[in-house]
Amino acid sequence: MDLFEYQARDLFEKHGVPVLGGAVAETPEQARAAAERLLPEGGGRVVVKAQVKTGGRGKAGGVKLASSADEAEQVSGQILGMDLKGHTVHRVMIAPAAAIDAEYYFSVLLDRANRTYLAMASREGGMEIEQLAVEKPEALARIPVDALTGIDEAKAREITAAGGFPEGIADQVVAAVQRLWDVFVKEDATLVEVNPLVRTADGRVVALDGKVTLDGNADFRQAEHAGLEDEASADPLEARAKAKGLNYVKLDGEVGIIGNGAGLVMSTLDVVAYAGEAHGGVKPANFLDIGGGASAEVMADGLEIVLGDPSVRSVFVNVFGGITSCDAVANGIVSALEMLKGRGENVAKPLVVRLDGNNAEEGRRILDEAEHDVVEMVDTMDGAAERAAQLAAT
Amino acid sequence: MAIWLTKDSKVVVQGMTGSEGSKHTRRMLASGTQLVGGVNPRKAGTSVDVDGTSLPVFGGVAEAMKETGADVSVVFVPPAFTKDAVVEAVDAQIPLCVVITEGIPVHDTAAFYQYAVNADTTRIIGPNCPGLISPGLSNAGIIPADITSSGRIGLVSKSGTLTYQMMYELRDIGFSTCVGIGGDPVIGTTHIDCLEAFEADPDTDAIVMIGEIGGDAEERAAAYISEHVTKPVVGYVAGFTAPEGKTMGHAGAIVSGSSGTAAAKQEALEAVGVRVGKTPSETARLMRELMTSA
Repeated sequence: MDLFEYQARDLFEKHGVPVLGGAVAETPEQARAAAERLLPEGGGRVVVKAQVKTGGRGKAGGVKLASSADEAEQVSGQILGMDLKGHTVHRVMIAPAAAIDAEYYFSVLLDRANRTYLAMASREGGMEIEQLAVEKPEALARIPVDALTGIDEAKAREITAAGGFPEGIADQVVAAVQRLWDVFVKEDATLVEVNPLVRTADGRVVALDGKVTLDGNADFRQAEHAGLEDEASADPLEARAKAKGLNYVKLDGEVGIIGNGAGLVMSTLDVVAYAGEAHGGVKPANFLDIGGGASAEVMADGLEIVLGDPSVRSVFVNVFGGITSCDAVANGIVSALEMLKGRGENVAKPLVVRLDGNNAEEGRRILDEAEHDVVEMVDTMDGAAERAAQLAAT
Repeated sequence: MAIWLTKDSKVVVQGMTGSEGSKHTRRMLASGTQLVGGVNPRKAGTSVDVDGTSLPVFGGVAEAMKETGADVSVVFVPPAFTKDAVVEAVDAQIPLCVVITEGIPVHDTAAFYQYAVNADTTRIIGPNCPGLISPGLSNAGIIPADITSSGRIGLVSKSGTLTYQMMYELRDIGFSTCVGIGGDPVIGTTHIDCLEAFEADPDTDAIVMIGEIGGDAEERAAAYISEHVTKPVVGYVAGFTAPEGKTMGHAGAIVSGSSGTAAAKQEALEAVGVRVGKTPSETARLMRELMTSA
């Protein structure tokens, strides 16, 4: 899960990373109240920043300065509700505008390729890191971090030196890097990025903007992370699927997809998209993995979610019977359809079913005998994708 | 022969008495695996009857190895306890540790992987994987044994069900070993490790490699193939239509920016002479042509 800037800021503060004050607001009135608290006495300004999970907010008009609480209320009114690269702004963060002398960069992340962690540091902060890596790769230091020993003070010094931070602030950077490592480890993050890390006019090192990605697999030991979910922006079908414990991703096509196993479902999306090219460009409507086991109840929940998507015109159920053999899967589909009728769901959309693997013939016989009008069986994955695409196009 | 898992392999199950552990212990036994016992510190000294076979439960991996000569462990313990279980297996210096458990925090995996690298005595397969099978010889994990037969194709895959699909489509030709390496961001055994082992295995003639979006493992495997692999390789990559920024089931399967796309992976593989199928069935057909024309 990617966090908003204000959530990253709060986590930084919790672990002792130096940050500026900041408050989040969902209405212009809240923004006004926050500005009144945060505006420095005797003049100064606050910055109002759109909270969206995308870069380049400034250029897109999502970051504005305000010299008074009135002005903060007014610019918040402009930013809230804005569409930034497809993300609707539901919240703004209000922070005191700092006088900045220099901008730097620091991050620590999971390095998949090397199966360990990587710290990156640069004295050239502020610009997008991807751009920096391309334009000035020599200015971006990459320091591998051992997963068992982590970033202790010596390692933090090594990173600070490699990043070329000025001597005068080295001790502050070393301390901040160790606190950021605490955020990374104690919050089970896969990315902690500070861009920019700044030196203020009065010589303080402060994390001005941060990005944090949390590992969902660690939710069982990170109870507080549930509160960081962005329910306002979640797709309603995805939210319902999540509540049922289903692995569902909403896409923008017309062919509903249900399969067992992440790889097989991904592959099913591809095969349907290829088939759709010949049928008016119909596409997969979702990703839904009901897991290797493919039980009747999970199948019913899955069908309910997929059929609940109004853009779905046909459904492709693609199951390989391995651990669970196909007769069990077929019985699952039959009882799932019964269950849905029992729940008062209208099952009128055509279902193309492909069963392969253990006891496939017996599975097909069970589905045949059940004589559901909406169910149609096709033996191969490619053929079933073709048929599902055809049905979605007509 | 086969790689890493043979008819002589002796398997212990960590977490044998849990629901998944006991279900798959039964299946592994039924497929001919020399399964010699389980590990559970709270039930040490007891035994479990599985379809007429009495399996001893040991307090630790080291004890199980000493008593039974086990050289493979299969881990089913829940995510919160997996790191400790793998560290214990590494401390016991077991040669192969297959981690089936799904949903392990990646910080835990990074830690036990580094621990195993430092010890240099244990190969880890997984986590979040179906394990490996050398059909007709032994089965360590949850791969269904009865969908295929033994033969001379080697298979390596990030995905479980795509592995099964391929095993089933080519069941008449058969496999030396099939390895499901798992779809997590950090895994103990990579495509490259498997390619290296299959290249060296006299009983493997050709290799199927199944990848998916996310990371750059397939690109690195392509570079490895061009340098080190002389046996023919047929590939498949899932996730051409996956949108950017959405995780597709596997924690590692996510396209971020321009990296990790299926198109880039296919291109890298084709550039080094790997024939890449557009669908799983076409991939199986390419392998069939290769094995039957020789």
